[in-house]
Amino acid sequence: MFTPDEYRQIILETANNRRNWGALTPNDFDHHEHNPLCGDHLRLTLRLGEGGVIEAVGWEGAGCAISQASASLLGEKLVGMRLADALRITRGEVLAQIGLPLMPTRQKCALLALRVLVVGGAGAPAWEAGEG
Amino acid sequence: MPSYEVSRVRGDFPILSQPHHADVPLIYFDNGATSQKPQAVLDALTQFYTHHNANVHRGIHRLSEEATEAYEAARRKVARFINAASRREVVFTRGTTESINLVANTWGRANLRAGDVVLTTVMEHHANLVPWQMLAAERGFEIHYLGVLPDGTLDMAEAERVLSEGRVRLVALTHASNVLGTVNSVRTMVRLAHAAGALVLADGAQMVAHHAVDVAALEVDFYAFSGHKMYGPTGIGVLYGRRAILEAMPPWMGGGDMIETVTLSGSTYAAPPARFEAGTPPIAQAIGLGAAVDYLSTLGMEAVHAHLSELTAYALAWLADIAGVEVVGRSVKRAPVLAFTVEGVHPHDVAQLLDSAGIAVRAGHHCAMPLHAHLGLVATTRASLGIYNTRAEIDTFAQALKDLTHVHAR
Repeated sequence: MFTPDEYRQIILETANNRRNWGALTPNDFDHHEHNPLCGDHLRLTLRLGEGGVIEAVGWEGAGCAISQASASLLGEKLVGMRLADALRITRGEVLAQIGLPLMPTRQKCALLALRVLVVGGAGAPAWEAGEG
Repeated sequence: MPSYEVSRVRGDFPILSQPHHADVPLIYFDNGATSQKPQAVLDALTQFYTHHNANVHRGIHRLSEEATEAYEAARRKVARFINAASRREVVFTRGTTESINLVANTWGRANLRAGDVVLTTVMEHHANLVPWQMLAAERGFEIHYLGVLPDGTLDMAEAERVLSEGRVRLVALTHASNVLGTVNSVRTMVRLAHAAGALVLADGAQMVAHHAVDVAALEVDFYAFSGHKMYGPTGIGVLYGRRAILEAMPPWMGGGDMIETVTLSGSTYAAPPARFEAGTPPIAQAIGLGAAVDYLSTLGMEAVHAHLSELTAYALAWLADIAGVEVVGRSVKRAPVLAFTVEGVHPHDVAQLLDSAGIAVRAGHHCAMPLHAHLGLVATTRASLGIYNTRAEIDTFAQALKDLTHVHAR
């Protein structure tokens, strides 16, 4: 569980340090997803180079501090990766990046960014199988 | 003004004495989602399963008779609580959602056709929108959504205009909005609707726990509510229906208990309420709801209403004082529901931060997406109050919100 100070820190850092924000045009990847539970929405644009390597990342959307922080952190990780490899990033890696324990409903917030990437690149993510 | 001792009421709810996090006491402000349960309700469930458990309306044995008697006694308690003319007007369901679906699938399917209009409102919970949308797709009738005025009340002039066109068969409206807190005048709507030849279904989910409801005085045709929002168990709800209307309605689910005779060439159906209670009902939950009704009746609904009105006014005054906090809905007659936005902070973040201070609230669209779209909001944070909440808890809540609004100002 967060202490109020830890959480305030996340909100502040996210507000001040959102990285790779703003959609890229032109782009080689453009996908948009939303979380029907809370209405958060996120769009991911990528520019790819030789061998499908991600050269630039651009996020756009609105959401809570957790979903925005997660997008910011994931975006940084993506730059320099091959898209094919990026699609294999796991749920666990993304949650670990947040570095704080999250309740299941907040895990959905944290995973929205990965969801946009994976659904846009390969279809429904494996971790959602059986969730209906 | 009638009142009760809040500290004594708090002592009746075991969950309130358990810490939320280590060293942080629980402030439960999510009563609109579900309320906590007093020891009397917990005891009723345990007593039933320990000493009287059997199926109802079936056995010749003593236990079955005890279970049947307790189940029907709960129905009588609920009938008295809402001033129904007879216990036969009280159908037990799983909750408000099932109650409304029951009306849609029986009365609605038998009576609504192309050319008809169901009049509902933009402020409804999805439970009073989606069943009508599903049935409209099948039966071809129209749905008119009554607008909400800037103060959060219904546009009654529009209601009169639409009703005067003579095509409305049913008005389906909430008695109290789970977001705006607005208490709608069901009595006024019933007068207008009946004059236009339409029936009225009111969703009482956010009303029954804080205000005395008198279905006879309201002259409402259907009234739906849930047990778990009024200090009773989950899995039990009520559909009140006027007797003549229920008697003319076909069954919905088929099975045991709802029949009169069954042959291989067909069946005849039991009279209401049994006609609408196919299968083994939620027996223990109904008995638990009866205990919740007893609990509220002992406090007195006038005292409950007085306490919650006073507390809501106190909370509204506090929130009006915090820069950056905006309460959604300004109706004078209101339920103890306070949905709000905090400038620059997402509702999930507000809720998370309040949770870390021990305060349980809800964040999201509260199953009212069309209303949020109408308000131009994706989500709100909602504090909803119950009989055990105190001014001191509101003070802690307001202080936590103040701290939160300072996050960005620093």
